[in-house]
Amino acid sequence: MNEQLAFTIEVFLNGLMAGVLYALVALGFVLIYKASGIFNYAQGVMALFAAMTLVGIQNGQVPFAHLINAIFGTDVHKFGWHVHSFAAILLTVIVMIALAWMVQQFVFKHLVGQEPIILFMATIGLAYFLEGVADLMWGSELKALNVCASEGNCLPQGMNVWLEGTTYEALGYGFFIDNLDIVASIVAAVLVAGLVIFAQYTKQGRAMRAVADDHQAALSVGVSLNFIWVLVWSLAGFVALVAGIMWGAKSGVQFSLSLIALKALPVLMLGGFTSIPGAIIGGLIIGVGEKLFEFLIGAPFLGGATENWFAYMLALVFLVFRPQGLFGEKIIERV
Amino acid sequence: MLDDAKQADAQVDNVLEVNNIEVIYNHVILVLKGVSLNVPKGGITALLGGNGAGKTTTLKAISGLLASERGEVTKGSIKYRGQDIQHADPAETVKQGVVQVMEGRHCFEHLTIEENLMTGAYTRTDGNAAIAADLELVYNYFPRLKERRKSQAGYTSGGEQQMCAVGRALMSKPETILLDEPSMGLAPQLVEQIFDIVKSINEQEGVTFLLAEQNTNVALRFAHYGYILESGRVVMDGPAKDLRENQDVKEFYLGMSDEGRKSFRDVRSYRRRKRWLS
Ligand SMILES: Nc1ncnc2c1ncn2[C@@H]1O[C@H](COP(=O)(O)OP(=O)(O)OP(=O)(O)O)[C@@H](O)[C@H]1O
Ligand SMILES: [Mg+2]
Repeated sequence: MNEQLAFTIEVFLNGLMAGVLYALVALGFVLIYKASGIFNYAQGVMALFAAMTLVGIQNGQVPFAHLINAIFGTDVHKFGWHVHSFAAILLTVIVMIALAWMVQQFVFKHLVGQEPIILFMATIGLAYFLEGVADLMWGSELKALNVCASEGNCLPQGMNVWLEGTTYEALGYGFFIDNLDIVASIVAAVLVAGLVIFAQYTKQGRAMRAVADDHQAALSVGVSLNFIWVLVWSLAGFVALVAGIMWGAKSGVQFSLSLIALKALPVLMLGGFTSIPGAIIGGLIIGVGEKLFEFLIGAPFLGGATENWFAYMLALVFLVFRPQGLFGEKIIERV
Repeated sequence: MLDDAKQADAQVDNVLEVNNIEVIYNHVILVLKGVSLNVPKGGITALLGGNGAGKTTTLKAISGLLASERGEVTKGSIKYRGQDIQHADPAETVKQGVVQVMEGRHCFEHLTIEENLMTGAYTRTDGNAAIAADLELVYNYFPRLKERRKSQAGYTSGGEQQMCAVGRALMSKPETILLDEPSMGLAPQLVEQIFDIVKSINEQEGVTFLLAEQNTNVALRFAHYGYILESGRVVMDGPAKDLRENQDVKEFYLGMSDEGRKSFRDVRSYRRRKRWLS
C-alpha cells in the first residue's frame, strides 16, 4: 500500500471529524433560521457559553464569583465539590433551556413581525451580551474540559488498539485518529438522528416544521409560537452544547470558541440556510475539503495556512453557481 | 326565573357576538369603524363586501390573529358564548372552539396533506383514538385528500389545498369555523363543490360558520344570514333570502340591475346619498 495514499486517507478522515463540528454549529443556525427566520449570529457564543457553564459546574465554580465578592467583600470561588460529567451535562442542558426561554421572553417576543435585519441585529447584541455574561459568570481564563471517563480515554478499552490493528491489516498502515474524534462523531450522528426523528414523528416536531413553513397558519390552528420558539432555541442551545463539548475537549474552553460560528457561515452557503442535511453534508465537505486541500495543494505549493480561507473560497464559488446552496429547499410554486 | 332562562336562551342562540369593534393597524390605520354582528349557533353567516372592506380584518379580530399583524381591537367587544375573547391569544380561542381558515389557504407546504391535517389537532387533549376517528371523518368529507395524503401540500392543486385548509380546521374539533374567502382562485365548479361540503359539515356536524366572501352570489345561496361591509362599516344586513332579492345588493354585488348598468357617476352619488342616510 502506497504511503502517500494512506496519509491522504488519514487526512480525509481527520477532515471528516473536523467537518462534524462545523456541521453541528451550522445545524444550530439552520434550526433557528427555519423556524423563525432569525439568522442567529450568537450561535457560536452559545457554544462558548454552554462549554463554560459545563466546565464551571464540573469544577464546582461559584457563578458570578467575582461580582459577589466585589459586592459583599467575600472571597468565594469554589463550592469545593466536583460534579460528575453526566450530572454536569444535564445541569448545563437545563441552563441552556432557561437561556432559550429568556431570549424568547425578553427579546424576540417583543420583535415579532419585525424586519429580518432587525432580528439579525438583535442576535448580534445577544452575542456580545452573552459573551459578557459568560465572562462575568465563570471568569475568562482558559479551562480544560474533560468529559471522558479518564484522561484522554473516551473509547471502551482496547478499541483504539483494535482500530489501528484493523486499519493496519487493511492498508498496511495504522491510522492515527484521535479517539475523542470518534466519540464526537458518534455522538453527533446520534444527535442528528434524534433531531430528525423528533422533527419527523412527534407532535411538537411536526408543529415545529409547520411553524417553519407558515407561522401565521400555525398560529391559526392553535400552535403557540412562543412555545415552539423556546423549543427551537433550546434545541439550538443543546446542539451548541455538544459542539462546545467537542471543541472544548480538544482545545480547551476559551473565547476563541465563539469564532467557530465563522466557520459555519461557509457551511451554510454551501448547504443552504434551511436544510438540515445540507448543514451536515456541507460541514463534512468543508471539513474534508480544507484538510485535503491543505495537505495536497496548500502545504506543498502555496506555503500552507490555506485552511483559513479555503472554506470561504469554496462557498464563494458555490454562491456564484448555485446560490440556493447544495440542498437549499426548492421554493414550491403555488399551483 | 323564567325570564332569566329566556335571556340565557337568547344568549346561547348567538354563539358569537361582535359589538361595535374598531380595529387599528400599526397604531394609526383605522380599518374597522364600529362593526357589529351576531353569529347564530348552527348557522352559516356570510360577511360580504368588496376588496379592502374589512372582512378579513373582522375574522382575524375574532380569532386573535390580528396581534401578529400589528393590528389591535381598540374599541368594542367580541364575545364567544358570552365570554370576552378580544384579548385572547389564538391558541386559547381555538381551544374554546373557534378556528379560522385563512384567506389564501395557507397550507404547510412542506408537510404532507396528512401531516397538515394532524397539525390541526394540535390543541386537542382527547387522545389519539379520537383524533384518528376525526381524521377518517375528514377523509370522508374530502375523499380527494385521502388519495393525496402522502403528497407534500405545496405540490397539490388549489382546490386540494382549500380542502386541506378546511379539513385541517375540522381536525381541531371546532364548534365555529371562520372561513375566509374559500372561493378565491377556484373554478366555479370547484367553488360549488367546496360550498356543498361546507353545507353538509354545517348540517351533519352542527358546525357554525362565519364566512367571508367576495363571491356574493354563491355565498348568499348557501348562507342563512348575511352582513355587508363597506370600508369598515356594516352597511346592510338581513336574511340571505332577503339580501338576494334586495335591489341595492343586486346592483352592487350581484352585478344585475333592472335599468341596466348604471354609470360610475350614478354609483358615486348613490353612495353619497347612502352615507347621508346612515
Ligand atoms: N396588516 C395590515 N396593516 C395595515 N393595513 C392593513 C393590514 N391588513 C389589512 N389592512 C388594510 O385594511 C383594510 C381592510 O383589509 P381586509 O383584508 O380586512 O379586507 P377584505 O375585506 O378582507 O378584502 P379582500 O376581499 O380583498 O380580502 C384594507 O384597506 C387593507 O389595506
Ligand atoms: Mg380578505
